[in-house]
Amino acid sequence: MKKERVQKIGFFLLFLCMAITVFSLVAIIYFVASRGMQIISWEFLTQAPRDGMTKGGVAPAIVGTFYLTLGAILFSLPLGLACAIYLCEYSPKGFIVNIIRISINNLAGVPSVVFGLFGLAIFVKFFGFGVSILSGSLSLAILALPIIISATQEALLAVPQSIREASLALGATKWQTIKKIVLPTALPGILTGVILSVGRVAGETAPILFTAAAFYLRGYPKSIFSEVMALPYHIYALMTEGAHPKEQTVIAYGCSLLLLLLVLFVSFIAIVIRQRQRSLSHG
Amino acid sequence: MHKLREKIYRWIFSALAFSCLIFLTGIVIVLFKEGLPVFGKVRLFDFLLGKFWYPTYDPPEFGILPLILASFWVTIGALVVCVPLGIGSALYLNELASHRQRGILKPTVEILASIPSIVYGFFGMAVLAPFLQDLLRIPIGLCAFTASLVLGIMATPTVCSIAEDALSYVPRSFREASFALGANRWQTLVKVVIPAAGSGISTAIILGMSRAIGETMTVLMVAGGAAVIPKSVFDPVRPMTAAIAAEMGETPMGSTHYHALFAIALILFSITFIFNIVAELISRRYRLKLGLGR
Repeated sequence: MKKERVQKIGFFLLFLCMAITVFSLVAIIYFVASRGMQIISWEFLTQAPRDGMTKGGVAPAIVGTFYLTLGAILFSLPLGLACAIYLCEYSPKGFIVNIIRISINNLAGVPSVVFGLFGLAIFVKFFGFGVSILSGSLSLAILALPIIISATQEALLAVPQSIREASLALGATKWQTIKKIVLPTALPGILTGVILSVGRVAGETAPILFTAAAFYLRGYPKSIFSEVMALPYHIYALMTEGAHPKEQTVIAYGCSLLLLLLVLFVSFIAIVIRQRQRSLSHG
Repeated sequence: MHKLREKIYRWIFSALAFSCLIFLTGIVIVLFKEGLPVFGKVRLFDFLLGKFWYPTYDPPEFGILPLILASFWVTIGALVVCVPLGIGSALYLNELASHRQRGILKPTVEILASIPSIVYGFFGMAVLAPFLQDLLRIPIGLCAFTASLVLGIMATPTVCSIAEDALSYVPRSFREASFALGANRWQTLVKVVIPAAGSGISTAIILGMSRAIGETMTVLMVAGGAAVIPKSVFDPVRPMTAAIAAEMGETPMGSTHYHALFAIALILFSITFIFNIVAELISRRYRLKLGLGR
């Protein structure tokens, strides 16, 4: 029958789309991992670059990425949590809340390079923090904010209304209910959001291009006002600057694999948390 | 005592929530403040439609038409890749995948979405570009075509997960009614499910487009970087985001070039802003139509 054949072809096309999507992930992981593996060693992880970026390790870049990510989360987590709690628990539904919600949605869609320009104009220039960990972290924090807010909102919405009402009925105040009942229940969801934003922030390059990153620095950063090396920027610089493209590409493979591993690790944790959560709620 | 404390908490939270508004308005203000001065030196018309982008020449030329065209070419190319792949994958996940398959495929799509753009850029530069250069016998692998391909793969998970959400909102009764009328699964999919999820799917496409046009590191590394009006898809190009990222570092603060780059960012921001608002409006109307409330 013709009808059946059309269906068969159609379903095959859908299968093909899915297969190509999966294949591209496999291809990226395969190529990056197979060549990155050869360079990653203890030395690569713990030593500074040597001989015009052709030998040695990328330790300062790893440390720099750690500082930048930590700083960004420190700024965006309290703010994001507060904003989400306000929107879900306190806010009367209305015009102003809608504006906050829409502007957060829009913040999530702003091109990452624009965050870099904002950071350059405000943190580097206006506040005079200079090209530094502080400026970079703040720029990244704005980028992480909408991710944390929407994850927290989702987690808070998933908390059943009846638990809140039970707590209020026992005479607890609104804040006591939030602190002792709602937040602990929503914690796994919030944690997932934080973890995912760590993965996102650690891999971002454009916001730190003009606010924090340097290609090569002697030694480790001394304060939050010093420039840093960072893994993602290091990859970019290795591929586009320097005098030994061939040797540098090898190191860039190593850095890319490190970032990939971080992202895979982060996604893995998020998935595990989510699945445990699901099996708990199903009894 | 309790009452006062409750009030204070409420105050703190609302103050912090409102401070989140500062960032978006701050971005808008900064872009206008640093971008508008360029129009004291260059006429708006010449800026938008000028064919030559030679910011460091003497005298400099600030025509961003090549950059705008590059962004659009690359974005359209990315759409050609990500729309069929993303929507096809979403349909597969929603319609054909077994429970176990979904358990594996959905995280796979999520991981694809979380790979940093720098890794995509690196992959494009180190693996894909040389491969395509050999395969297609083109003079240079870093070009609009390669950039579109990489961007398309990057935007696929965005399109896929939003489209999948939209498909999952389609009420079961729609399908059952269609089956009851004698339609098979494919007919139901094409004639009932896809139209019912239509506005959700168009939201997915718009947001995928928004992601592609705002993407920076990938195009910076893969698109080739030549700021001339592209003649073929295999020409190297320099999209708006790449121009900002590549040139801002070497520009003295306060120069015309500096302000021009901010003006480009302003245009870029406006484009993505409009996309996001449109997507928001469509998805709200859609939810109302299916009776899901706001």
